[in-house]
Amino acid sequence: MVLKQTPSQTAGPFFHYALTPEQNGYPFRSIAHASLAPSPVAGERIRVSGQMIDGEGKPLGDALIEIWQADASGRYAHPADSRSSNAAFAGFGRTATNGDGRYVFETIKPGAIGDGQAPHVTLTIFARGAQNHLYTRIYFADEGDANARDPVLTSVPADRRDTLIARPVDGGYTFDIRVQGGDETVFFDV
Amino acid sequence: MQDTPFRPRDWDSHPPLIHPEYKSTVYRAPKKPLIPLKQTLTELTGPVYGHDSVDELDADLTKNARKTGEPIGERIIVTGRVLDENGRPVPHTLIEIWQSNAAGRYIHVADQHDAPVDHNFFGAGRCVTDGEGRYRFLTVKPGAYPWGNHPNAWRPAHIHLSLFGPTIATRLVTQLFFPGDPLLVQDPILMSVPAHARDRLVAKLDMAAGQTGFALGYAFDIVLRGRAETPMEA
Repeated sequence: MVLKQTPSQTAGPFFHYALTPEQNGYPFRSIAHASLAPSPVAGERIRVSGQMIDGEGKPLGDALIEIWQADASGRYAHPADSRSSNAAFAGFGRTATNGDGRYVFETIKPGAIGDGQAPHVTLTIFARGAQNHLYTRIYFADEGDANARDPVLTSVPADRRDTLIARPVDGGYTFDIRVQGGDETVFFDV
Repeated sequence: MQDTPFRPRDWDSHPPLIHPEYKSTVYRAPKKPLIPLKQTLTELTGPVYGHDSVDELDADLTKNARKTGEPIGERIIVTGRVLDENGRPVPHTLIEIWQSNAAGRYIHVADQHDAPVDHNFFGAGRCVTDGEGRYRFLTVKPGAYPWGNHPNAWRPAHIHLSLFGPTIATRLVTQLFFPGDPLLVQDPILMSVPAHARDRLVAKLDMAAGQTGFALGYAFDIVLRGRAETPMEA
């Protein structure tokens, strides 16, 4: 190791015009969107939505959430996944929370990668007051058997695993993110 | 066969999650310890943004929002390399930036600071590093602006940067500051970084990086996490 990491800093409250410009009505092209699944993509279309809440129970109305996931057959659109073939699904989405701390992604349900992990979506969270971005994962409540064998999920204390599990609702799943507090979401040191 | 994992986030280089002097951190960061995650294919992959993700004027903030003329302000070139901890360049990786205008006002609708908006300046840009990890932006020097953290609080001039690197494990959002700014030591956001690491966020005046008679140059290298060199270090 010859160089030291550049320190992280908060994204602050004013990222929208640069990072989510189209969603927030700014005249700049967005490179990523809350909707990830163009029509030819294979897979079960799902809506993943939820609310971000801080340690005082207040919504985070100025947060940025990014997701990274495999396609319906468990493949990542990246050179390190040599099985990659589903070029129509990039697997990356980005959205700003609204004033009530709510977010919605339109995506497809990821498949299992095939390495023993249950189907999951990675969330990366940025906000005013978040000095380092937070990594977490969404697992799906209707994948109980796979979840029970997942090495990451089972590394989490049993009484906190529920914070990583999205619940089915009409049209998809709901997944709230509690940044701090009694039922704090599990965040990972990736 | 999976790629080599990345070295851990070096918490001695990053600010703590909660830093009470920066008030927004107090209720917006977890209090329970982060749970270690052994990197899997999920963390060893990430979004791929190549040169086709960037438009022609995206790296020139003095031109990408012109309506009636040039933006007001001190023209600057911000340039450097994106490297990893092993000293290797990070080629073809996307950098997104955003900043206030020269008067310290963001184009953002929520910015209520009573300083003029510059209708020829938007304040957002992006570029992709070349094969040697180099990047270059042309912009105007941002201004300081007040914020509500404490009485008469002012943020030093800064530029926000967002980088991906090779996978989601190398994701980084940070800020670039300017040398010699007396506001640096008063800024709880910069001061939250361990003292020995703060100067990594301060760009260096670099006359060779500027353009004679046109713009001053500032050099700013960015170091992302590198891959562990041997499996033993993983």
